[in-house]
Amino acid sequence: MGYLLTKEGVNAVLKEWAESYLIYAPVRMSGKGAFSETDSIRYAPITTVEEIEFEKKSDFPFKEVLIPLSETLFFFTEDQVTEADGPKKNAIILLRSCDLHSVKRLDEIYIKNEYEDYYYKRIRDNVKFVLMGCKNAFENCFCVDMQTNRIETYDASLEKKGDFYEMDNRFADWETVLERNGMSRRVVVPSYVTETNVHVSIPQGLSLDVSRSKIWDEYDSRCINCGRCNFVCPTCTCFSMQDIFYTDNGKIGERRRVAASCMVDGYTDVAGGGAYRQKNGQRMRFRVLHKVYDFKKRFGFHMCTGCGRCDDVCPEYISFSDCINKLGIAVKEVGGHNEE
Amino acid sequence: MKNEYRPFLSEIKEVIKHTDIEYTFRMAYDGEVKPGQFFEVSIPKFGEAPISVSGMGNNSVDLTIRRVGKVTNEVFENFVGDALFLRGPYGNGFDVNDYTNKELVVIAGGTGLSPVRGVVDYFSYHPEELKAMTLIAGFKTPKDILFMEDFGRWMKNMEVILTVDCSEDDAFCHIGLVTEYIPKLKLQDVDRAVAVVVGPPAMMRFSTQGLLAAGFREENIWISYERKMCCGLGKCGHCKIDDTYICLDGPVFNFVKGRKLID
Repeated sequence: MGYLLTKEGVNAVLKEWAESYLIYAPVRMSGKGAFSETDSIRYAPITTVEEIEFEKKSDFPFKEVLIPLSETLFFFTEDQVTEADGPKKNAIILLRSCDLHSVKRLDEIYIKNEYEDYYYKRIRDNVKFVLMGCKNAFENCFCVDMQTNRIETYDASLEKKGDFYEMDNRFADWETVLERNGMSRRVVVPSYVTETNVHVSIPQGLSLDVSRSKIWDEYDSRCINCGRCNFVCPTCTCFSMQDIFYTDNGKIGERRRVAASCMVDGYTDVAGGGAYRQKNGQRMRFRVLHKVYDFKKRFGFHMCTGCGRCDDVCPEYISFSDCINKLGIAVKEVGGHNEE
Repeated sequence: MKNEYRPFLSEIKEVIKHTDIEYTFRMAYDGEVKPGQFFEVSIPKFGEAPISVSGMGNNSVDLTIRRVGKVTNEVFENFVGDALFLRGPYGNGFDVNDYTNKELVVIAGGTGLSPVRGVVDYFSYHPEELKAMTLIAGFKTPKDILFMEDFGRWMKNMEVILTVDCSEDDAFCHIGLVTEYIPKLKLQDVDRAVAVVVGPPAMMRFSTQGLLAAGFREENIWISYERKMCCGLGKCGHCKIDDTYICLDGPVFNFVKGRKLID
């Protein structure tokens, strides 16, 4: 059911939700941007609608709620292994259509790829999603081409309409709170983008043969393998295991998993000195093909959701969408054949 | 729901020292396991490392560990009368049924012998299930030879070629690379013969090339890959090549698929 609400009405809803949920939304962090006197827009717990940044794309995605950058799995005491507790509260995440599409990608890897991930699942089962409508595409977005510009599988939606707010609710348990705090009922369709400035076209006939193409060579020198593209990507899920022990008692410690990047040195290192993909261009190839080719080969849909954050963040101004658009040249160069 | 990341403590029942840096740890384990599968072995504080199964016994698995990294260093320092944390087994492993009633050639380089040792052992106890078997095992020097005590037993019912890369005075083995012995294989029917190749990347590349040149069919060759794996569960991403997770779909691959995997 859709509702029109005043600012106070939305805040009353948020207040009631806050009794059982932590509410995560993009907020503006003053002075925290990459350059001096710029802001960063990141996810943080909120309590009022005024804190939410509706007008800009978040620089970092929501994924840290579901897959924390550093997550403790176990505590060790001598020979005892104790499982770390999960979050005490359920969570609500406010996010845009492309990002809600990326939840499907996270689920595919963490819940469906043969094994269910215990830590992911225990958070995921207690998360609700509130869709933020997009009136216009932001710089570098290409969601329309990736078919992630619309989504129906939200629990609720929230969108600013002049001085008021529109909410659509699809989760039965929330109906009474919205009924009580809404001004009136109405049909609500969350805004979605139908045109973006950036376009991508993924060629037919892609295969691993394109790793031989010369298109990757420019990235050998342009890319500085900082891994920022991975950390801002809502669908990058890789992690490394890390054991740490406390300095004041060396017999007690914990095992964590921490976010990993396929662009950064060490990602493929095996004991004894072996490593694969030494060149940055080949790392770029690995990342790009995962996003728009081989993930689909395994799971049936593309990993990339076209949010464009990797382009926003790259300190070397490397454009992921430009790279996708060069794949056609690469396929021709290596003599493309259609494997699919 | 099962927490797959939770390791269990497994008692070290026996330690077999092959070289200064390679020991086999016989670990208490009573579940099902296949040769070529692997366990995540860990010591709290130092982390986890994927180690392949080099043998299966009654209520035990053998893990042959080479001292080359952070975790394995610690395993070597602190194993006396002790236990290690394990989780697994993971991966597909070798299926001995792929080789039954055929001529089998196993080519192993260095610690690459560990994951196939279970296969070699199986057929050394069941020679009647094969038409013929040849094992070509290569090591750097005589000092690096693993499973020395097994070779004597294996020689009784299979053709064994033990070779070292560099010359040192030891009459027991041949000198040279494993690849030199591929053209000299005496096979009744190369068209149906099967081969398993495990070892360092360059050795696998040249050995598979050698086998193809000798007339082996691509689909009759199996290989096993080694990659960084932080989970063994298809989550951490480190071992992915193309759409393949080495930990889930491998580490053992038929060469038809394996040859297409470009890191």
